[in-house]
Amino acid sequence: MSGTLADDKLASAGQLRLTWLRFKRHKLAFISLFIVVLFYTVAIFADFLAINDPHATDARRGYLPPQAIHIFDTGGPYVSGMKGARDLKTFKQVYVPDPNKKLPVTLFARGYTYNLFGLIETDRHLLGVSSPDPLDGIYLLGTDALGRDLFSRIMVATRISLSIGLASVGLSLVLGILLGGMSGLYGGWVDLFIQRVIEVIRSIPTIPLWMGLAAALPNTWSVVQIYFAITLIISLIGWTELARVVRGRFLALREEDFVIAAELVGASQFRIMIRHMLPSFTSHVIAAVSLALPAMIISETSLSFLGLGLRPPAISWGILLQDAQNVQVLAGAPWLLLAAVPVVTVILAFNFLGDGLRDAADPYG
Amino acid sequence: MLMYIGRRLTLALITCVAISILTFIIIRLPPGDFVDAYIANLASTGSTVTAEQAQAMRHEYGLDRPVAVQYFLWISRVIHGDFGVSMMWRRPVTEVIGDRLWLTMVVSFAALFLTWTIALPIGIYSAVRQYSIGDYVATMLGFIGLAVPNFLLALILMYFGFRYLGLSVGGLFSAEYAQAPWDAAKVWDLTKHLPLPACVLALAGSAQLIRIMRANLLDELRKPYVITARAKGIQEYRVILKYPVRAALNPFASSIAYVFPYLVSGSIIVSLVLGLPTVGPLLLQALVAQDMFLAGTIVLLLGIMTVVGTLISDLLLMWIEPRLRLTGRS
Repeated sequence: MSGTLADDKLASAGQLRLTWLRFKRHKLAFISLFIVVLFYTVAIFADFLAINDPHATDARRGYLPPQAIHIFDTGGPYVSGMKGARDLKTFKQVYVPDPNKKLPVTLFARGYTYNLFGLIETDRHLLGVSSPDPLDGIYLLGTDALGRDLFSRIMVATRISLSIGLASVGLSLVLGILLGGMSGLYGGWVDLFIQRVIEVIRSIPTIPLWMGLAAALPNTWSVVQIYFAITLIISLIGWTELARVVRGRFLALREEDFVIAAELVGASQFRIMIRHMLPSFTSHVIAAVSLALPAMIISETSLSFLGLGLRPPAISWGILLQDAQNVQVLAGAPWLLLAAVPVVTVILAFNFLGDGLRDAADPYG
Repeated sequence: MLMYIGRRLTLALITCVAISILTFIIIRLPPGDFVDAYIANLASTGSTVTAEQAQAMRHEYGLDRPVAVQYFLWISRVIHGDFGVSMMWRRPVTEVIGDRLWLTMVVSFAALFLTWTIALPIGIYSAVRQYSIGDYVATMLGFIGLAVPNFLLALILMYFGFRYLGLSVGGLFSAEYAQAPWDAAKVWDLTKHLPLPACVLALAGSAQLIRIMRANLLDELRKPYVITARAKGIQEYRVILKYPVRAALNPFASSIAYVFPYLVSGSIIVSLVLGLPTVGPLLLQALVAQDMFLAGTIVLLLGIMTVVGTLISDLLLMWIEPRLRLTGRS
């Protein structure tokens, strides 16, 4: 009995629900979904998770190696205070833990002031130390040349890198649905023209093109203006794959019985598109989007890495990796490469997620 | 067949025109024109240009004419091989670029070749031994190749080379050959330096191709003719290599058209990290210094060479795929 009940439920389930049911069976994709959600949570609460002011520089703590939090101690968790010294052979700045100085780590500590969600002004952070000396702090992933805390910078960079990916993909999606939809719906010379445009765009090497366009942005532009310009540049070149998916679905659906039936009862073209066709390819579009997102994130990271994308004081993963460009620097401060970890993780997660969604999007496949 | 070649050639031509228009836009994007930049450049060295001289220069370069006319003036000079003068180097652009363009192509083609030699056997293996450990390892490597941007891979390799092997892995030539004229020894030196950048570039591309090859071959392996071949007692490797692999090769070969631009594009950024003497570092310098004729020329030439490379791969595809030869469509 219960079997038939479940079957009944399945038979009446909508396309999105069917997709979700199939998606849940794909373990790797399901885990990836959690990772992606986690990343966006970090992006939203970036300032709260950051420990030190990501912009605060101090030459006295440049290239400080990563510090560990000692958890089990009679006085509760603490980090050792660090003493700067000179290595008399190489004249490099080295740091040694100061055994007499234990900085107790507290939860919801007070730190720099920021606006949560851009609205609520607060100075609470997840972790922090209470110490009168401004040099003291927790540097979980070490610091860069200017003594800025890498951990806090990675947290804050997540916000820009992920949101620029999302914004670019949103813009590409609008272009892709519009042009791909036109291409699939009208066919004929419109289709031919749009397909040729896509082929032309895809046969041009993208990085030189981006570089050329990005380099032309005036130096006087503000961070926000550059942000939107870069979004526009990335999506102007990235919409082709989405358009291809949308066109393919339109072409496939145009021949379906239910679309012809809707046409025969005299539904308007707009109604057929929105009411009948759109719901049955939403999941395909979602899958295509989650496969397009990592490419957008790589684009931004590459451009910023080259120094042509976002510019400091903006913080993105690409900008953090820019500091790690030089092998000599890396040999002295290998922890700067840690900024690559979130990039690789989120790209992998999006790829698995997209793969799982694509498999799930076709419930009868 | 002629129709197919004709269609490809027309498309290649249209693409070249599109690239030239984009290049022209890039050259004109920065505020001020070529003459403004030239005057500013001269002023920095102490010499001055009068307003009349500036006006004369503008007239000579056609900068006082409508944009469309300017484009045609520029493109007709380009077709005659005159790409303008590099502001930064004060030499003709073609001289500045020199060997670098060819080296870019050498690196990209080496990467393409490697992509194929990696992807083909691994793709076949993954399909024939589906769900084996080797298949999972290949899939995993494929995903990592997809997820690690190639400049990052170059950076990591360089770091490990420097840290643990004490090598400076980079460049395309040993120091003694960098300025030397071309001879057999220099070519050999280049061959020795090529594998690293080629590997870095090939990883992401082959990750994609492995998945395409695997999927295609899996479809073919399920077809009845494979069972027939087996039933007739043909040796297993012949069954696979002679029929399904050849059938699966077609979509695989056509994807080359998308992989090649991707490789050229990647070579730019990888060159910067590995310090390769390709056009990559030059392009970045030119863009930062707003040396627009140099930058524009590089973008234009890269684009056109990519189109030519893609065209060659299309002709190769025609050779592989009899259906294209006979009917003009696949």
